[in-house]
Amino acid sequence: MGNMKLNLKIWRQKGPNDKGQMVTYPVNNVSEDMSFLEMLDVLNDDLVRKGEDPIAFDHDCREGICGSCSLFINGEAHGPGRLITTCQLHMRKFKDGDTIHVEPWRAEAFPVIKDLATDRGAFDRIQAAGGFVSVNTSGNLVDGNAVPIPKDDADKAFDAATCIGCGACVATCVNSSAMLFVAAKVSQFALLPQGRPEAKRRVQAMVEQMDKEGFGNCSNTGACEVECPKGISLEHIARMNREYLAASVTKE
Amino acid sequence: MSTLDSKIPPGPIDKKWTDHKGHIRIVAPANKRRIDIIVVGTGLAGGAAAASLAEMGYNVKAFCFQDSARRAHSIAAQGGINAAKNYQNDGDSTYRLFYDTVKGGDYRAREANVYRLAEVSANIIDQCVAQGVPFARDYGGLLDNRSFGGVQVSRTFYARGQTGQQLLLGAYSALMRQVGKGAVKMYDRHEMLDVVVVDGKARGIIARNLITGEIERHGAHAVLLCTGGYGNVFFLSTNAMGSNVTAAWKAHKRGAFFGNPCYTQIHPTCIPVSGTHQSKLTLMSESLRNDGRIWVPAKLEDAKAIREGKKKGSDIPESDRDYYLERRYPAFGNLVPRDVASRAAKERCDAGFGVNKTGEAVYLDFSAAIERYGKLEANVKKIDNPSKEKIIELGRAVVSEKYGNLFDMYENIVGENPYDHAMKIYPAVHYTMGGLWVDYNLQTTVPGLFALGEANFSDHGANRLGASALMQGLADGYFVIPYTVGDYLADDIRTGPIDTKRPEFDAAEKDVKDRINHFLNNKGTKPVDDFHRALGKVMWDKCGMARNAEGLKQAIQEIRAIREDFWQNVRVPGSGNAFNQELEKAGRVADFLELGELMCMDALDRNESCGGHFREEYAETDGPQKGEAKRDDENFAYVAAWEWLGEAGKAELHKEPLTFEEVKLTQRSYK
Repeated sequence: MGNMKLNLKIWRQKGPNDKGQMVTYPVNNVSEDMSFLEMLDVLNDDLVRKGEDPIAFDHDCREGICGSCSLFINGEAHGPGRLITTCQLHMRKFKDGDTIHVEPWRAEAFPVIKDLATDRGAFDRIQAAGGFVSVNTSGNLVDGNAVPIPKDDADKAFDAATCIGCGACVATCVNSSAMLFVAAKVSQFALLPQGRPEAKRRVQAMVEQMDKEGFGNCSNTGACEVECPKGISLEHIARMNREYLAASVTKE
Repeated sequence: MSTLDSKIPPGPIDKKWTDHKGHIRIVAPANKRRIDIIVVGTGLAGGAAAASLAEMGYNVKAFCFQDSARRAHSIAAQGGINAAKNYQNDGDSTYRLFYDTVKGGDYRAREANVYRLAEVSANIIDQCVAQGVPFARDYGGLLDNRSFGGVQVSRTFYARGQTGQQLLLGAYSALMRQVGKGAVKMYDRHEMLDVVVVDGKARGIIARNLITGEIERHGAHAVLLCTGGYGNVFFLSTNAMGSNVTAAWKAHKRGAFFGNPCYTQIHPTCIPVSGTHQSKLTLMSESLRNDGRIWVPAKLEDAKAIREGKKKGSDIPESDRDYYLERRYPAFGNLVPRDVASRAAKERCDAGFGVNKTGEAVYLDFSAAIERYGKLEANVKKIDNPSKEKIIELGRAVVSEKYGNLFDMYENIVGENPYDHAMKIYPAVHYTMGGLWVDYNLQTTVPGLFALGEANFSDHGANRLGASALMQGLADGYFVIPYTVGDYLADDIRTGPIDTKRPEFDAAEKDVKDRINHFLNNKGTKPVDDFHRALGKVMWDKCGMARNAEGLKQAIQEIRAIREDFWQNVRVPGSGNAFNQELEKAGRVADFLELGELMCMDALDRNESCGGHFREEYAETDGPQKGEAKRDDENFAYVAAWEWLGEAGKAELHKEPLTFEEVKLTQRSYK
């Protein structure tokens, strides 16, 4: 255990219909080697021992790839630091005596389940609307090398595909827009020959679902790109807009 | 006396799968609509199976405890996926992949299953490309390969260091397509807490809605467990925090035999434990061993000074360093397989040469590589008589190009720049080769209950090769279960929907509720993690990289004591009818506390050393292989399949003999 002392102000909310409030928790014995989530583990351990309700938060892989962890820390999605998720944030980024504000993702489309855990099911529904290539499992597909794909396109598709679906883009956006998330998926498939046949259908279906879920519009502030732990580029939003426009003006 | 029928089809090994597929029963399209299948887990195996079965026309219900199917831990796999495509024209073939896998598993896997795995490996790549998985490509636009894990060909397909993520998102997109069509009903934030067996057949599950706490009954004609491995029994591992054995363990307690529980893979290059707060361990890619040299101080006093912070690694002169892998294994050096490298690190640290404050770390040093690359780069850039500083500057740039992201990851976690100071690494639990025993059709000993991917025991023997886990998960999900499940379900076309009001469902639901109520009403004093940590320490110390009979016997006693303490003194706050993460953990740890004992029993029974299972008493005592693992093919060439006998610590061992017709058994030597 270390010797940093922190003052945490954490959002507590019993359930979706509870009003919720910030509650102050002092935490001692924090080591700078701890990850932010391990610091919360220490707090929760203490709360359980005292018979209090521990703080709920989503987390799983703790190595920055599953997209489970979230947290708005001192006003930033995934806290200070760039290109990392909350589970990759370490306490050496903070100083002894700091006050740290911890809140859940705030967006109408991501209702709070409890405390810091939110429901991001809207992303799954957008994906189900069109985020796929319509190909069944088959042992008789064409060989993987039958259609060469220019390396540049494959690399760009990969960059888009690295999205972890954490929702930081939505939480960061003043409009709670999901454009970066949706654009990343649209872009990945739009760049690959396998995705072209249903490109028009896909972009229309995904955008329609996005609107239904209650995400806001994009006003090009670019904050999402800054806070994205995987560095997904705004270029993908531009590509999605082109795809969408093309789909709207041409007949099927 | 064996009650195990592996159902390996007759005929030559390269015809078995084709003949089997051609002869097993299938369910007609119209009848598939009358059949319900439950898939638990949505990683590579479960996601692929759920999508494929729904495409075929079955009614599928898929379950995962995460908030989305996309978050299953397959997502964290870094390196790649093997496939016998022979795109590099280096002589790869189905047979060679099969052979490497059987040998890599130290001859403790079933030949027929492994051959099938190699056979379908090429289909996996085609399937994933068609789904839009962005594999790495070369400038000609064709798929790129790299070599991996010491095999002699380049057969590993990859997507930068995120291959698992890309393959999983491919399976997830196929799954979500079926969810959108209504062919799969998705239950995320649901945890399976029991299997329901009716008239000897798996007919459903009991699941808890993790948001509302509601206990639900789900009936089906078959249940597929695709729930991953049990590495978290060690508390610290590279697994995700939620990875658990519960689904597999409940199946075990309902009659499914557990195969080879003691086979665990310890990965040599992970970031060491930094303190008691640590919740998980992070893997550093094996590729680092291509350029990094592993060492500890040769003098005990130097190691002590380093641990006390009085010296740094860079203070130790070259002559006082022990490059122990290069010393012990001159032929393979730093590139020995995972199990060998891990044990050698432990041996040095146990002897007192560890280099961090816990005494459990060794150096992975790039200074020689930086200097070597720097000199080469100076030549390329035509710099005459470069200064030492210039060489280091140039060398660092090359190392950064190759491993920059890993170095950044290290610095982020450890807070020390690995270009200036040698990295510190230590082995960590990574994968479990053991799992539910299944036959050739992936069916457990409970009819109608199937196990896929890491959850089963079948393909990796006693040691898994790199880039083979992704291959197995997708092979089982896309290309094996869609065929083999039909053979079982052909009897169920007239069964009709499963009635979940039956007494068997009542009983299973009651068991689940009783246990939850026990936790909530226990009013103990200690949080769940206390017990999990204690269990992990026993497992790591006594059933980890090296085991011996004495230690294993002690471990069994210690685990029993922890288990008893747990049931008496665990404190689970909150209510059962709400989101309650402590309650989730309690259930999982309760099952780990039973599994841990079985792992020790299995390790104690296996009086030999093979793959990830190293028994100190069974090592070569003299000759050039002195100290190395000693396998006993005469007495232990079998799969240990354990039957639950009603309470923890009571299990009957059944043996499935392994016969090798294609591959000749030899000793693995890396000297």
